[in-house]
Amino acid sequence: MDFKKTKGLTDAPLHYCPGCTHGIIHRLVAESLEELGVLDRTVGVASVGCSVFTYNYFNCDMVQAAHGRAPAVATGIKRARPDDIVFTYQGDGDLAAIGTAETVHSAARNENITIIFVNNAIYGMTGGQMAPTTLPNQITQTSPYGRDVTVVGYPVKVCEMLSQVDGASYVERVAVNNVKNIMKAKKAIKKAFQNQIEGKGFSLIEVLSTCPTNWGKSPADAIKWLDENMATYYPLGVYKDKEATKND
Amino acid sequence: MAKVTFNEDRCKGCGLCVTACPKKIVQLSNRMNSKGYHPAEITNQEACIGCASCAIMCPDTVITVQMK
Ligand SMILES: Cc1ncc(C[n+]2csc(CCOP(=O)(O)OP(=O)(O)O)c2C)c(N)n1
Ligand code: SF4
Ligand code: SF4
Ligand code: SF4
Repeated sequence: MDFKKTKGLTDAPLHYCPGCTHGIIHRLVAESLEELGVLDRTVGVASVGCSVFTYNYFNCDMVQAAHGRAPAVATGIKRARPDDIVFTYQGDGDLAAIGTAETVHSAARNENITIIFVNNAIYGMTGGQMAPTTLPNQITQTSPYGRDVTVVGYPVKVCEMLSQVDGASYVERVAVNNVKNIMKAKKAIKKAFQNQIEGKGFSLIEVLSTCPTNWGKSPADAIKWLDENMATYYPLGVYKDKEATKND
Repeated sequence: MAKVTFNEDRCKGCGLCVTACPKKIVQLSNRMNSKGYHPAEITNQEACIGCASCAIMCPDTVITVQMK
């Protein structure tokens, strides 16, 4: 098959570490926007984390929100400019720690926005501290003996949680650890944008992603670790699809 | 036949394309690019089946696949 770089990405070289799968997720978002023909009316909201510079990479209008506040900023933009396509791109530290309230309530309100949630089970940008999504017994800079759930509690499963929120329209967890899963991730991301175009409301796609640098692994070993550990603790699949269950 | 090209100076030598290729014809070269990484290269263009697995796996959109 033919493959060439999408117009949804700018020419700026990505600053991400070698083998960091943030880059793959960027491409899937950019391709989806290009294929849906909405690049010229899309506003992306960057968050705080390694992906803070996404405003340099997506070929659409971008703003950058304070830590965790991207869904609130996106809500404002979408309500003021309902014809624009509005998305956020957030890490797990951003979305599932400091931004939990914004996430849950934008879902509860069924805001017609699309959230791309990159779960790499760690705080990447700040040097590898434990995140709400860090797995039990996972070693990080702030859990050097492994995450002890009796002291710091259990990981937050965002898709499972949001599937219980009546407002949320579409919630799916995907991964970018191999070609097949990347194709599935693309389909989910595109559908999340299609939903917004059709006014169906809140869509969130959680993407399991690697952080080779702070996991202390080679890019290939990081992919393997995602396979064997993350994808088992965070099962892939559709957690909510209001459209699909409407007639049940 | 397919033609695979690498935007070499954008490559970070991560090797994800190497593991993704079902024909095992992608490798990291001994050269160094302008960023100081060993860029990926194709060893046997004739054996390429044009599946684009390498390009789909590349985080930095270094790879272009053209069918002809
Ligand atoms: C209000 C505020 N608190 C804390 C920080 C420090 N900080 C920067 S990025 C970050 C977490 C990033 O982790 P994540 O969202 O998982 O993204 P990643 O870097 O892993 O892609 C934190 C806590 C900040 N910038 N602002
Ligand atoms: S620190 Fe981790 S998440 Fe951030 S760019 Fe590097 S590998 Fe990616
Ligand atoms: S297109 Fe497929 S066969 Fe050809 S180099 Fe890439 S992964 Fe290998
Ligand atoms: S996946 Fe991309 S960046 Fe990594 S070695 Fe291959 S071409 Fe280079």
